[in-house]
Order: sequence, then structure tokens, then C-alpha cells
Amino acid sequence: MDEQILLENLRQAVADTLTRTEGVLALRSDHGGAAPHFFKPGDDLSDLVTAPRYPMAMILDTLGDAWPEARLGVVARGCDERALVELAKRNQVNLDNIEIIGFACTAGQATECRCTQPYPDALVAGEATEGVAEDPRLAELEAMSFAERFAFWSSQYEKCLKCYGCRNFCPVCYCPTCALESELWVETGVLAPPFPSYHMIKAMHMVGRCVACRECENACPADIPLTTIFSALYRDTAEKFGYVAGRSVDEKPPLLLSLSGTMED
Amino acid sequence: MNYRNVLTVCPYCGAGCNLYLQVLDDKVVGVLPAKQHVISKGSLCIKGWNAAAFVHHEDRITQPMARRNGGFEPIGWDEALDMVTDKLAEIRQTHGPNAISFLSSAKCTNEENYLLQKLARAVIGTNGIDHCARL
Repeated sequence: MDEQILLENLRQAVADTLTRTEGVLALRSDHGGAAPHFFKPGDDLSDLVTAPRYPMAMILDTLGDAWPEARLGVVARGCDERALVELAKRNQVNLDNIEIIGFACTAGQATECRCTQPYPDALVAGEATEGVAEDPRLAELEAMSFAERFAFWSSQYEKCLKCYGCRNFCPVCYCPTCALESELWVETGVLAPPFPSYHMIKAMHMVGRCVACRECENACPADIPLTTIFSALYRDTAEKFGYVAGRSVDEKPPLLLSLSGTMED
Repeated sequence: MNYRNVLTVCPYCGAGCNLYLQVLDDKVVGVLPAKQHVISKGSLCIKGWNAAAFVHHEDRITQPMARRNGGFEPIGWDEALDMVTDKLAEIRQTHGPNAISFLSSAKCTNEENYLLQKLARAVIGTNGIDHCARL
């Protein structure tokens, strides 16, 4: 029932937004699932849905590149909104041209995603619920000794098929040339990719940028718990630099700042 | 201004993962995994992620080509099919049916693969039939 009310509210908000935009990016039910769809003014909104999740910020980035002058709307979860903030910070999207129609995830969805903030600032549908305090996998990982942890990650990364799905499906990965495709770091035609450099290159690039949407992990055909490391980075940048990825366009990522006087310990 | 996602089957191996082709202003620009699909469940391998790479590729051959005068020349479909039929008949006549083998594809449907083995076994008379997924 709540789901129905949420959908009705969203459809109403999308209809409103369509009166002042070229179109709204949202999910449309399709063949037993859903796919991102560009709704235009006058379109039937009855098949607009909210699940399964897709990285809407990534797709909006593609649309914005193709149509730089267009005014676009997007139906967004908390993580989608955070990804848009990170992309805007790095001049990949223009938030002046984007209207965010936000909705809250349910408590169940937040637990499943181990999400600390399962709602966007631009909330128009659903009720904001509190997320988890911290990714519970962090405590599990930190209970291990160094040797156990090293063995754990070695065995996890050994499963990697080098599909590049974690990078391809990441809403905040946008570089046209990627370090993970450089022969210097990653030899082509060899499996598994070099440990730990391959995954550490990705992790380094996620500092101050990962918005914990979990899309990389969900897309991983080898079920590697990729975002556990990103959660640790998320927590550390918050503790040491007071920086939270996706919170505000005005907050500059710590890796882009001079270190002098910014570290607290 | 047009953007849509078209559900399709990965053209590479026989696993049959589903994916969405991202079509932006009538050009295929990328791939998204299909989360609802029972086989792939929102994951893809590196081939699936690059399944759209050949669609608008400049090296893609879009019509039959015949090797002539030390190079390739574009020819019509009727001419190409006649040429293949004549050559296959000639080889079968001269060297027997086992001089010919057929290589089918995991990219085809089950029915298309059935038809190719039918051609191999019933028309040509050879058991030389295999497919790309075993290469």
C-alpha cells in the first residue's frame, strides 16, 4: 500500500516536472524488470516504477553530454542524488539543468544495501528512514588479524573475471582513459588481474567519491564484496577530514586538497 | 532527443545473458546489464559489457565481399549466395561431402543452428558441423 502511494506521488511529481523540462529519466517496467527510460511530456506514466535500481546519475551524465542545453529531470534515490553531487563537483554534470525528484528507500532496502543515508535531500515521495550506523561488514573485517584479512582479500580478488563491470556500472567513474586499461598497471589477457594493484587502483579512485550505491558489487559476476573497502574509505575520510562524499557540491574532496593542517592525527 | 533501452540477448557465447542496449539519438552508445534476467541477474562478463562495440564500428562489413584482383570487392547478396552454392556443389562433386565442414554460432537461435546442421547432414551429407562456443 505504501509502495502504491509512493508511486502515485512520484508520478504526480514527474508529471509536474515534465511541464518545465525536456524529459525525466526514471525507471519503466520492462519484460519482468525495469530499465531506465526517458519520459517525455505527454507520455503515459503508469508504467513508471522504482525497482530494480539502476545508476541513474551515470545515465544522466550520458544524456547531459549529448544534450548540454537540455533541462532534464531525474527520479533519484539518496545514492543517485549523492552521485550527481560528486559528478557536479568534477564538472561532469550541470546541476543547474537538472531537477531531482527524490524518493526515500524503505528501511528494508536500506538494510539490504547497508546504506547510511537511504534518502535524498530533494525528497518528494516516501518517508525518510534512518539507515544503518555503519556498514556491518567493516566490524567483521576489522575483527580479523592482518594475515587473515590479507588471505581474505587474496581469495576474493582471485575470483575476479576482469569484466570491468564494477567500473562500467559505477556512477562516479567517468574518465575516458582509465588506469585499469593501461598496460603499465594491468596486463591484457591475464587472469586474475594483478593483486592487489588492480583493485587498489579502483579503491584509490573511490576515496572521497564513492557514494555507497553498491552497484559495482551487485554487478560483480564473482560476488566480490567490493564496497567493504569503500565503506572503510568513506568512514576514514569522514573521521579524518570531516568530508562526506555526495553531501554538498561545495565540499572539496580531501585528495584534491593540500595536506598541511588538514589531518587531525 | 531520444533515449531508450532495448532488451536483447548477448551475441557472444551460448550462456544467453540478457542486456540492454542504450540507444541515444538512434545510435547504440552502450550496454546496461538486465537485472531481471534469470541467467545473468544484472551481471555481465567483459564480452557482454562490450557487446555493442561493433555495431557502429568503422571496420564492420555490412555487405558481401568477394576476393578479386588481389583485394576485396563489394558484391550483391544474390551474386554472393550463387557463388557460395556453386562452389559448395563443385567441392562436393570433386572431393566428396566430407571435404566440407560447417561452423555455426552460439550467436544464432536454436532454430537457426538446427537448420545449419540440417543443411550439413541432409543436403551436403557430412557430419562436419560444429559451433563457435567450442573454439
